[in-house]
Amino acid sequence: MQQNKGLSALKDILQKNVRKYTMFIALIVIWAIFSLLTNGIFMSPLNLSNLLSQTVVVAIIAVGMTLILVTKNIDLSVGSVAACTGALAAFLQVKLGWGTPQALLAAVFAGFLIGCWHGYWIGYLTVPAFIVTLASMMIFRGAVLGLTGGETIAPLSDAFAKIGDHYISKEISVLIGIAFIVLYIIIELNGRRQKQKYGLEVAPLARHLAWITFVSAMIASFFGFLVVNRGIPDSVMLLIVIALVFSFVAQRTVFGRQIFAIGGNSDAAMLSGIDVKKRTFGLYAVFGIITAIAGIVLTARLDAATTSVGTGMELDVIAATVIGGTSLMGGQGTVFGSIIGALIMASLDNGMSLMNTNITYQYVIKGLILLIAVWFDIYTRSKSGAGK
Amino acid sequence: MISGENLLEIENISKEFPGVTALEGVSFKIKRGEIHCLVGENGAGKSTLIKILSGLYPYGSYSGKIIFDGSEIKFKSPNDSKLFGMATIYQELPLVEQLDIAENISMGSEISSFGVIDRGDTYTRAIDALKEVGLDVNPETLISSLGVGQQQLVAIAKALSQRSKLLILDEPTASLSDEDADKLLNILKQLKKEGITSIYISHRLKEIFSAADRVTVMRDGRTINTYDITGLTEEDLIHAMVGRQLKEKYPRRPHKAGEEILSVSGLTVVNGELNKILKDISFTLKKGEILGITGLVGAGRTELVMSLFGLWGKIESGSVAVDGKRLDIKDAGKTIASGIGLVPEDRKRLGLVLIEDIKSNISLASLKKISPDGVVDEGKEITDAEGCVKKLNIRTPSIEQEAMNLSGGNQQKVVLGKWMMTAPKVLVFDEPTRGIDVGAKSEIYNIINDLVDQGIGIIIISSELPEVLGICDRVIVMCDGAVAAEMPVAEATQEKIMYYATGGKGEYAAK
Repeated sequence: MQQNKGLSALKDILQKNVRKYTMFIALIVIWAIFSLLTNGIFMSPLNLSNLLSQTVVVAIIAVGMTLILVTKNIDLSVGSVAACTGALAAFLQVKLGWGTPQALLAAVFAGFLIGCWHGYWIGYLTVPAFIVTLASMMIFRGAVLGLTGGETIAPLSDAFAKIGDHYISKEISVLIGIAFIVLYIIIELNGRRQKQKYGLEVAPLARHLAWITFVSAMIASFFGFLVVNRGIPDSVMLLIVIALVFSFVAQRTVFGRQIFAIGGNSDAAMLSGIDVKKRTFGLYAVFGIITAIAGIVLTARLDAATTSVGTGMELDVIAATVIGGTSLMGGQGTVFGSIIGALIMASLDNGMSLMNTNITYQYVIKGLILLIAVWFDIYTRSKSGAGK
Repeated sequence: MISGENLLEIENISKEFPGVTALEGVSFKIKRGEIHCLVGENGAGKSTLIKILSGLYPYGSYSGKIIFDGSEIKFKSPNDSKLFGMATIYQELPLVEQLDIAENISMGSEISSFGVIDRGDTYTRAIDALKEVGLDVNPETLISSLGVGQQQLVAIAKALSQRSKLLILDEPTASLSDEDADKLLNILKQLKKEGITSIYISHRLKEIFSAADRVTVMRDGRTINTYDITGLTEEDLIHAMVGRQLKEKYPRRPHKAGEEILSVSGLTVVNGELNKILKDISFTLKKGEILGITGLVGAGRTELVMSLFGLWGKIESGSVAVDGKRLDIKDAGKTIASGIGLVPEDRKRLGLVLIEDIKSNISLASLKKISPDGVVDEGKEITDAEGCVKKLNIRTPSIEQEAMNLSGGNQQKVVLGKWMMTAPKVLVFDEPTRGIDVGAKSEIYNIINDLVDQGIGIIIISSELPEVLGICDRVIVMCDGAVAAEMPVAEATQEKIMYYATGGKGEYAAK
């Protein structure tokens, strides 16, 4: 009886937030379908762990891309820049014999400089982001060819390659999982208390508790899967940290708030004293760093820098971000949604590969899913009357 | 084929948005061949009603009945209403600026054979339509090179060329000069003689009394009553609109001006692109004083303010000082940091982030103040926003309501709240009450008076002379990018201001 009550409360929440959680539900549905079609191989801890590793690079960049799209800009160069910064690190290490920390720092710094370059052209010279980053897509693909001399640079030192293939020990992974659940519960209850303190509307306590229990269970099963396999991959931990930092920055800091205001109405933002140029510049600079980090993970996972790595990645990233609910019209988007979007895209890749689906259909299906996802978002938005 | 005396009957229309009832049992009738004014405060539901009539909110999204020309209509889209002979002309004109007049007039009903436009007929039709509205310009003129008033006439010409029986005009004169507005009203009267019925929404009482046959008053989503214009007084109409007797249109309080807070001297600004110039502008503003800046459209008032924020032209010479400190004008951020705030004329475009909530809009210009170490103190943000909503009497269910869901008057108050949070020294209002109803107007005047009492220096840019004379302490008249005259309000009259605004030189001699 008690359980029934909890379930109906949960159903109620899901119905109320169906748009907000649409893509999350879609992800679960996609997983369920692939599990059935692959006789459960898809949901095996090993495969899920693989899936996560495949998602990480796109997801890290999608986290940053969320804020770029929120400001009504875009970045088409991420595939080339990630490849270039990764190749730079590999080049410094393999060809010039640099130590791993120095090589990685140099790559991140290069990413920062590339980001500043974008920010200057887009923010201060007001050249459309589409053009600036399209140019960079070519320029830095060229740089990759220059750095690698057209050949694969390998092998990397162990310390470098480990970034792509190292797991946090099971014991510590369990502790991290528990820490996240505790942290989540504290944040939810604190938020609730604060809202009540200021007399804002909150959901009934029973319903809220049901929701907290549900999400905690999701977090627990997520970490559970990883622990059962080999522990939390380093790269996934990195993604989680970056996502949390960006979520915080987006929602709670002056920088984040101003970014959303610029995307919502840049004229009003400017007339409220926000330095739109400086903010745009800063955002691209940070995004350059993020892209370089993703490039390092990408190179480490392959244990090599190749000439064609990262080709077409910008489209996966933008698709993930948009599926995750970020509006190309600016002003709206969440980091969490973009990660879900990246998971959806990676799940399709992974699931269809497991089923040996012809590559032709893989592209077609991914394209159609992107189209339908965005249409559904627009459709539910117009139904709820928002955006009018 | 006249079927009955009424062209349009609206019966018991209701419409709800999530959380808000926009219309509740709205009923009234429009007679054939009359000019019927629809009035009410912002948020009374006029725009929602118009959107239903024009098919923008399709049949089924509201309840009630609309009878047009004797039969019930169920529009699915704006195109349906056009086919029935109803044309709606919105404040924001649906004209394509990059195309010429003739192409705009024929848009949506192009004259073509096998898909190829017949340019000759297109232009003949445009010439005929322009003649009807008395607009004497070449139909090949690009819309972007016309003034707002002329664009308005093109929109009407377009409606007429589609053989509309009913014209619905949503505040067509809001951005027009008095002269253009008069012209427009005369055309409506002319059209009335030809049997065309108009529904006319306006906040300008003067227009209503000069043009309307009947007036329907709406308030809080309901129709209050329909009146014949003969025998109706302005006071009665205002009373019906706001539901209470307004004590005075312009609440004036004695102000005590303090020391000088802003001084502009010899400011010359050049905008090469537009080939415009602001010449040698000097004035001062004291604490606790309201300075009015007036003049005709194009005199350079808005440009002057924008140049103070570094958003218009290039400053050639002159200086600006706030509180004795010279202001180095580079961008809006610097000017705002020095203590000057701007409530812009176009609040939707320049004042608000419409997709964000009230709370975020109010805190937007003072985020740094409530954010130690760059992290927003959300508790303080909520308390401040709640305080603002209460103080300014912003009508909203919650501070988490998005700005786009508010009425014009309440939106203006949110913009005001944003600036009050910054504790400004000088606050500039550009046309603070444009497109705002009488009730909200007097509320805004009262807020301005409160700000003055706190020692803030206020500049009001306005084309409405009664407003300038009603609430300002001192008046500057601009003409052709220069200050033509300055006078205390006690010495100002509408005639004197117009004399200088139209280029009069030397002493004004009252007739």
